[in-house]
Amino acid sequence: MTFDPAIITAHLPALGMALLTTVWLWLVGLVASVILGLAIAVARLYGGLTISLTLGSFVQMIRGTPYLIQLFLLYFGGPAIGLTLEPFTAGILSLSVFGGCYMSEVFRTGLRAVPQGHIEAAECVGLTRLQTLRRIILPEMLVLVLPPATNIAVGLIKETAVLSIISVPELTAVVNEIGSETYAFVETLTALSLCYWGLVELCSRAGQAAERRLATFRFAA
Amino acid sequence: MTWKLFFLLVQAAGSTALISLAAIAIGVCVGVVVCAGALARNRLLNGLSRLYISFFRGVPLLVQLMLFYYLLPALGVEVSSLSAALLALSLCTAAYQAENLRGGFLAVPRSLIEAADMVGMTAAQRFRRIEAPIAVRLMLPSMMNEAIAILHASALISVVGVIEVTRMAQNLSSSTFRPLPIYAAAGLLYLIMTGVLAGAGLLAERRLRVRLS
Repeated sequence: MTFDPAIITAHLPALGMALLTTVWLWLVGLVASVILGLAIAVARLYGGLTISLTLGSFVQMIRGTPYLIQLFLLYFGGPAIGLTLEPFTAGILSLSVFGGCYMSEVFRTGLRAVPQGHIEAAECVGLTRLQTLRRIILPEMLVLVLPPATNIAVGLIKETAVLSIISVPELTAVVNEIGSETYAFVETLTALSLCYWGLVELCSRAGQAAERRLATFRFAA
Repeated sequence: MTWKLFFLLVQAAGSTALISLAAIAIGVCVGVVVCAGALARNRLLNGLSRLYISFFRGVPLLVQLMLFYYLLPALGVEVSSLSAALLALSLCTAAYQAENLRGGFLAVPRSLIEAADMVGMTAAQRFRRIEAPIAVRLMLPSMMNEAIAILHASALISVVGVIEVTRMAQNLSSSTFRPLPIYAAAGLLYLIMTGVLAGAGLLAERRLRVRLS
């Protein structure tokens, strides 16, 4: 076995771009997941039986099937119903829906864990329902859900690698291409693993730091 | 979508189930070893186990698959696609199971361990009668979640050419040009398998439940 770092340094610009693409895919997917997750969670808790059941079964369906199948269904199955998407769009869309469903479950548990007394207190001082949601329930919930939400965020980083299968030019796809051009699998795969490992460690450290920061706001539940 | 195609998918689902179950079983066994290392006082063992957990949880399974599939032959070890897939799935899930196990053992109430020491149990007795039974009950839900995650992750091994549901669906959709119903059917099969696993988990939880009062 030989290890030639020159192969990595020669492709450094391409690798950097691919890494940026992965981070960008992840960030857009994460923001969309959080927004979608919040919307689903709030709608399921306050939206009545029909909405709750419909959204509930949709979430169960997404959580009960592999991401790859969802991606294939959207990307290859979509054109049959007139939904033709670019790989990039299909990737972001599927990532957001997938992440959003997992986020919604976390948010739902978080919303339920907000102490009833706090909500009653908000009503007592005359806050409207919307004000209570925005100023009491959501902030308290966000502190509660930070650890599991960080886990999902970390999971999404790794899920972006799957997009290489429909040839989105992200890290895994680009590195794979370099690998099959140069036959330098040892070097390329090592670099690839280290990139993801670094990203994941960075994200979970950031989550832990945020948890410590917010720990001062933690309330007796 | 004819019955014949669906039957092919169901057959492939059998492979998915078998591979997933094998990975779950091997993963728990390796996970026990890694967890023991992570709880050990020995610095070297501890560091190695933590490195293992961090690595396998930090790298996407797809990349791990490529590592085993391309890297092992480059190092002179010939592996079939099935064994590379099984290796990647098992070693990956082992890292998660090790964390689950660690969480379970750390959550055993300190007072119970002290009580066991007080009545004169040896370390082995304490482990067998107090720590292990409580820890297993505590971590059962997260272990079942991980089992379901591995079932879903097994879809990725289609990439190295192992014939399971996803791969079969790919093959069928490229030969029939009707991806929508075929992937939907594959999704349904995964949904059913997920349901069976989740149900088994709930059943086990109910069986193992003890009244503490």
